[in-house]
Amino acid sequence: MTTNKRGFAQTLWDFFCSLKLSIVLLILLAATSIIGTIIPQSPPKEYLVTISEAKFKFYNAMGFFDMYHSWWFILLLYLLTVNLVACSIKRLPRVWKIVSEPTLVMDDGMEKTLSLTHEFKMPKDAASVREKLTAFLAKEFSAPVITEVDGAWHLFSQKTPWCRLGVYVVHLSIIIIFIGALIGSFFGYKAYVNIVEGTSTSTVHSARNEKPIDLGFSVRCDKFSVSFYDTGAPKEFKSLLTIIDNGQPVPGLTSRPTIVNDPLTYKGITFYQSSYGPASEGSNSYLTVRPRKGGEPVKLVVRQGEKTSLPGGGTLEVLESTQEVRNFIPEFSGPAAKVEVTPPNGRPYSFLVFKNYPNLDEQRGGDLIFTYEGSDEKYFTGLQVAHDPGVWVVWSGCILMVVGIMMAFFMSHKRIWVRVANGRIVMGGTASKNPAGFQLAFDALVEKLKQQL
Amino acid sequence: MSSSMLFNITTLSYMVSMLIFFVFLGSKNKTVGLAGSLTAYFGLIVQTAAILLRWKESYDMGHGHAPLSNLYESVVFFSWTIILIYAIIEFKYRYRVIGAFVVPFALLGMAWAQLGLNSGIEPLVPALQSNWLLYHVITCFLGYAAFAVACGISIMYLIKERKEDNAATTPAGGIVAMFPSIKVLDDLNYRAIMIGFPLLTLGIVTGAAWANYAWGTYWSWDPKETWSLIVWFIYAAFLHARITRGWVGRRAAILSVVGFAATIFCYLGVNLFLSGLHSYGKSPM
Repeated sequence: MTTNKRGFAQTLWDFFCSLKLSIVLLILLAATSIIGTIIPQSPPKEYLVTISEAKFKFYNAMGFFDMYHSWWFILLLYLLTVNLVACSIKRLPRVWKIVSEPTLVMDDGMEKTLSLTHEFKMPKDAASVREKLTAFLAKEFSAPVITEVDGAWHLFSQKTPWCRLGVYVVHLSIIIIFIGALIGSFFGYKAYVNIVEGTSTSTVHSARNEKPIDLGFSVRCDKFSVSFYDTGAPKEFKSLLTIIDNGQPVPGLTSRPTIVNDPLTYKGITFYQSSYGPASEGSNSYLTVRPRKGGEPVKLVVRQGEKTSLPGGGTLEVLESTQEVRNFIPEFSGPAAKVEVTPPNGRPYSFLVFKNYPNLDEQRGGDLIFTYEGSDEKYFTGLQVAHDPGVWVVWSGCILMVVGIMMAFFMSHKRIWVRVANGRIVMGGTASKNPAGFQLAFDALVEKLKQQL
Repeated sequence: MSSSMLFNITTLSYMVSMLIFFVFLGSKNKTVGLAGSLTAYFGLIVQTAAILLRWKESYDMGHGHAPLSNLYESVVFFSWTIILIYAIIEFKYRYRVIGAFVVPFALLGMAWAQLGLNSGIEPLVPALQSNWLLYHVITCFLGYAAFAVACGISIMYLIKERKEDNAATTPAGGIVAMFPSIKVLDDLNYRAIMIGFPLLTLGIVTGAAWANYAWGTYWSWDPKETWSLIVWFIYAAFLHARITRGWVGRRAAILSVVGFAATIFCYLGVNLFLSGLHSYGKSPM
C-alpha cells in the first residue's frame, strides 16, 4: 500500500516536473486563447441573436463568452503555475550548488570533460609562478580562489555565476505578476462615470456590475472641449476637472486639464478621459428670424423638443443641435442645428442652420431667413475610473521578468581553473553559454599568459 | 529629394538584393553573395534616411510625430527592422546565405506598402499622442523582425533536413549544398529567437504600461493583446523545447514557423479580421 501511495505521489511529482508538460501547457494556452479573440467577449444582444440556440448553449456552457475567466482557462493557468514551481523546486538546488559551492579544484577526470584546456611550459622562476598567475587572472579575468591539495596548487576564478539563476528569476516574476493581478481583482475596481459640465459627483459605477462606488471625495467637470485637425480628424478631447475633498477644491487639481494619455490621479484613484456626448437635459437654442421681404429681425429662444411660434404664424422646433458640426459634415465647422418649420396650413420642412455661416440661410430661398446664434447645450464627459493596488506588484514582476530574461539569454557563467602540479601548468575553462565566443576569449587569454610566464 | 522617392529606391534595392541572392544560391560564387548583402545594406541605409526624412516632413507639415502611426508606416518600419536584424546576425555569425530567405520578407513588406497602402502623413489621433508609442512600436517590431529571420532560417532547416533524408546515400547537392549544416541552422534559429523573445516581452510590457497609463487597465484581453500573448506562449514553448529531448531540431523549427505565422496574424490579421483597440489597420488602403 505505502509503496503504491509513494508510487502515485512520485508519479504526480514527476508529471509536474516534466518539461514536456510545460510545452504542452504553453501550446494549449496559445491555442485556446484564440477562441476568445474570435467569439466576442461579454457580447451585446445584437450578436447573440445572430447565432443559433445550440451554438449559444454550447458557447455558454463552455464559458466562451467570458473565456479568459472560464474555469478551464484558469485551470490551465494554475497548472502552468504548479508546473513552473515544481520544475524550479526540482532544478534550483542543483543550480544553486553550482553558484554557491563552486568546484575549486580541476582534477584529471574533470580536465578530460572540459573542451578547452591548455598546458603551459613551467617557467624558470617556478617559485613566483603562483603569484604571477593570481595577479594575471585577477587582472585579465577575475580574482581567483586558491586551494592547495597534496602539494598541488589550484586556482579558480569565475564570472557572473548568478546568471544561471536567470531562468528561475523569470519563473518567479510570472508568479509575482499573477499575485499582482489577483490583488487588483480582489482589492481594486474599474468603473466609469459621466459628468455634465458644471456639475460634480462622488459616486462612480462599477464596470463589472453597475454597482455604485463611493469615491470619498467629489469630481467636478468645469468644462469639456474637443478640437480638430484641418483634416477633420479629432485632435484633443479635454475635460477640465476639479477634485473637491472635504468641501474644498484640492490645490493643483483645480480645473486640471485631463486628456487622453494624461489622466488625473487622486488618492490612488485615476480618472481617464474616455468619451463625451451632449447632456440629455433640455437646453435653449438662440435664433434670429427676419422676413425676406424686409422687416424687423426677431430673436427666438427655443427650448429643445418644444414648438415655438413664429412671427406671422407657424411654428419652429429645434430637432437636433451640436456644438461641432464637423463630426457630421466635415466641410462645415462650429455649432449648428437642425430645425423644423411648420407654416400655417402647410407641411413641415426641416433644414440646417450654422452659427459660423450667418448668410447661408438666405440662399435657401424661403420666406423667412434664419440665423443661428448657438445654444447653451452642455456636454457630459465620460471618464473611466480605476483603482488598482496590485499594479505596482505587476510592474515589479515585469521588470524582474525582463532582468531575468537578460540574465538567462545574454549572460554566461564563465569559469577558469589553473592547476600547478608536477612541473606542469594546466589551464581549463568552460562557459554556460556561447561556447564559440568563450573559445576566442580563452585562446586570447592563453596567448597573453604565454608571454607573461 | 522626398522620402517617397527614397522608399522607392529602397524597394528596388531589396528586389535586386533578393535576385542576387537567388543567383548566389545557384552559382555558389562568394562574390555574388557579398554583392547580395551589400545591396541589402545599401537599401537599409537609404531606408534609414527615408524614415528620418519622413519624420522631418511630418514636422514641416505641422503634425510632428515619429513615422510609426499607421499601417503604411508600420509596414515600412517592419521591413527596416528585418534587414537590421539580418545585418546583426550576418555580422555576428557570418552566414550570408540566410539573406536569400530573409530579404524576401522585407521586399514583400516594402512592395505591399508602396503599391497597396495609403502613404499620406496624417496627424496623430489623441489615443496615439504619447511617448509610449515610440517605445512600444520599436520593441515590438524589432521582436517581430527577429522572428521573421528565425522563420527564414527554420524554412532553410526544414528544406535541408528533408533533402538530407532523401539523399541519405548520395550527398545533398543543388542549392541546399550552400546551406549551413542543420545543426548550425538549428542554433541560428535559437539565436534569432533569443533576440526576438526579450524584445517581444518588452513590447508587451510597454504596451501594458501604456494601456494602464491611457485607459487604466494594463490587460483587458483585447484581441491584439491576446494574440501577442499567444505569440509569447509559442516562443516560450520553443525555448523549453530546445532543452527537451525529442523536441530539438524539426519540431523546434516547426514551432518557429508557426510562431512567425502567429506573429503576422497578431500584426495584420487582428486588424483586418478582428475588432479591438489597435485600429490602424482599418485605415483606407
